[in-house]
Amino acid sequence: MAKLTLDELRQKRAEAQKGVYLREGEFRGKIIVHMGTCGIAAGARSIVAAFLEELERSGTKDIQVTTSGCAGLCSKEPMATVEMRNSAPVRYGELTPEKARKIFNDHVVGGTAAAEYALGIGSERGA
Amino acid sequence: MPARRIELMLCTGTGCVAGGALHIKQALEGELARHGLPDEVSVVPTGCNGFCGQGPLLVVLPDQIFYSSLKTDDIPFLVQEHFLKGRPVPRLMFLPPEKKERIPLLGDIPFFKKQMLLVLRNKGVIDPEKITEYLARDGYTALEKVFTSMSPEDVIEEITRSGLRGRGGAGFPTGVKWRVCRAEKKTPKYIIGNCDEGDPGAYMDRSLMESDPHAVVEGITIAAFAIGASQGFVYIRTEYPLAIQRLQLAIEQAREYGLIGKDILGFGFDFELEIRQGSGAFVCGEETSLIHSIEGESPEPRQRPPFPAQVGLWGCPTVINNVETLANVPQIISRGADWFAGIGTETSKGTKIFSLVGKINNTGLIEVPMGITLREIIHDIGGGIPGGKQFKAVQTGGPSGGCIPSSHIDLPIDYESLKEVGSMMGSGGMIVMDEDTCMVDVSKFFVQFTNDESCGKCSACRDGSDALLEVLTRITEGEGREGDVEFLEELGAAVKDASMCGLGTTLPNPVLSTIRYFRDEYEAHIKEKRCPAKACKSLTAYWIDPKLCQACLICMRECPGQSIYGEKNIIHVIEQGKCTKCGVCFDVCPPRFDAVKKLSGVPVPSVEHGIKVERKKKGDRLEGEHVQA
Repeated sequence: MAKLTLDELRQKRAEAQKGVYLREGEFRGKIIVHMGTCGIAAGARSIVAAFLEELERSGTKDIQVTTSGCAGLCSKEPMATVEMRNSAPVRYGELTPEKARKIFNDHVVGGTAAAEYALGIGSERGA
Repeated sequence: MPARRIELMLCTGTGCVAGGALHIKQALEGELARHGLPDEVSVVPTGCNGFCGQGPLLVVLPDQIFYSSLKTDDIPFLVQEHFLKGRPVPRLMFLPPEKKERIPLLGDIPFFKKQMLLVLRNKGVIDPEKITEYLARDGYTALEKVFTSMSPEDVIEEITRSGLRGRGGAGFPTGVKWRVCRAEKKTPKYIIGNCDEGDPGAYMDRSLMESDPHAVVEGITIAAFAIGASQGFVYIRTEYPLAIQRLQLAIEQAREYGLIGKDILGFGFDFELEIRQGSGAFVCGEETSLIHSIEGESPEPRQRPPFPAQVGLWGCPTVINNVETLANVPQIISRGADWFAGIGTETSKGTKIFSLVGKINNTGLIEVPMGITLREIIHDIGGGIPGGKQFKAVQTGGPSGGCIPSSHIDLPIDYESLKEVGSMMGSGGMIVMDEDTCMVDVSKFFVQFTNDESCGKCSACRDGSDALLEVLTRITEGEGREGDVEFLEELGAAVKDASMCGLGTTLPNPVLSTIRYFRDEYEAHIKEKRCPAKACKSLTAYWIDPKLCQACLICMRECPGQSIYGEKNIIHVIEQGKCTKCGVCFDVCPPRFDAVKKLSGVPVPSVEHGIKVERKKKGDRLEGEHVQA
């Protein structure tokens, strides 16, 4: 009697593949949480955690959650920018974990920006 | 595993571990914990990344940011800035030699750009100590394919059609070897993975084993299925503790999963795999010696034929493949012979791993398609020669190979082309030499090595290498005689012809190839008692040019033999009788003075003691220079 059947091996492989998605190149979009000192003080860490939880819950693999420095509008922190491929980035402000979840579901999964929390569309121009 | 936003691929190959990678790991984990980040950011220890000269190395995924030469002191700042606040730290990024701008992304670094990863496709991408990571990268799908849709003959046919040839050096077609063994009636049959890598400066097999051991386990299992073996061994040298540990772990995990053992995946095929450790005798890389070593006999080769594929381990049919060859097998099965045959040249297919060492800016492990030119390897991947020196030659194939001079820099590399120019593919060591390397000295070094490692069974190799070494030593010591070069050529040819195994038949290669391309250097040593590269101690002297010496006292202080006369404001003079020619004075003399010279083939000019230094006047100084008076 074999220790492992073909189906069991395939199952184990599929399970293992869930854990390494960060290593396979292609992402459909990116969520950037602004983590300057101002952002962290205003609770940006809980925003990152909320996005990661949603990512896991929904089983989404092609979205990258990342952080960057202060976005310059410190009074509106915590802030996050959602950049989906082929559309303009949207910047959200005064976030809470609940708002983050809604943004994830509406914008990242659903494809429609959560206009009620958006500060603006597009990025600053480089010099 | 829960969703994370960053994975830190930390190289824990032998090179980086020696550079402190495990301390870096500890520091990273400590700092991540301090910031409460372990749920979001994970540290993944990987096998050798390849860019060993820049270690310890860290690749940040998914951004592909490449950090090099890390120190534990850098870690708190790095974690806070990059992994917490998302601001990558430029000062820890890779700075190409002699350049001013750092390169943030792995994919933009020329060292990585021209490589083609096939055998090493998982290097730096998986944790080699976890079978799940290998599975996630489509591991063991080739084994699945073999069991579900191929007969042993199909497997052999596929490997034959792919054009795969032995990566251990000689380049024998793998499929042919398997077919011969399959056809033998006698059982049991054995498969052996050869990981007895002994060339100085070569570490391809070790790194492969450290970064992706399951690729070898899967490959050897498929090979066993093809030839009909139920027992396999991987022969690996004791000096490779980390490689052994990772392979052992891989074998245990594969056994636990049921990927080796009895009735694998329910297809009725049994296969057991064990490690056999060698004690680092170079001759054990030769297949009949290796067999003797596994049998518990002293590692001496025997006459072939019969070849091991017919009469091998314990008299049974045995296939011995290099582990790099075996690691190619799952890829060929998964992606097909045509895909593999599409890479490389007419006669040499696929890729080859080389360890690029010596006088080269980017030291490390590279995998390149067959047919790539030496120029691309040395200048593009290797980043050229340090210090703006001239490229002189490259030694491929280790002590069995030969040197290839700079005139052949556009040579496309494959088994045949290397043979044509008097070298060989070998297992993949590539030692780069610059203008300061003496070719006679190099050939002496390699013959010294093979002379040490000769098992002594046949006189051509044992006494032949003695005689070669004696003459080479004499030449480098300034005692060369008319006719020595001709003698080396004749003896070299005789040793090649009369030796029994590969060690003896190839050991004259470094001598013969250096004579072929650098005969003038041999002549200079013999006739003019001059070493053109100024490397042979007996033929070289150090001398301080009194016109350039600024009596700065540095060389006097640093000279370990106190062989330099001088004092403050008095020109320094090396006492030739006391000088041991260690070269420290040459290294420490400030480049702006450049007063210490190496002389060869000319009498050393005598310099009076007590000459007062004439300081360069301000106006004589180069712009921007600042000399303490």
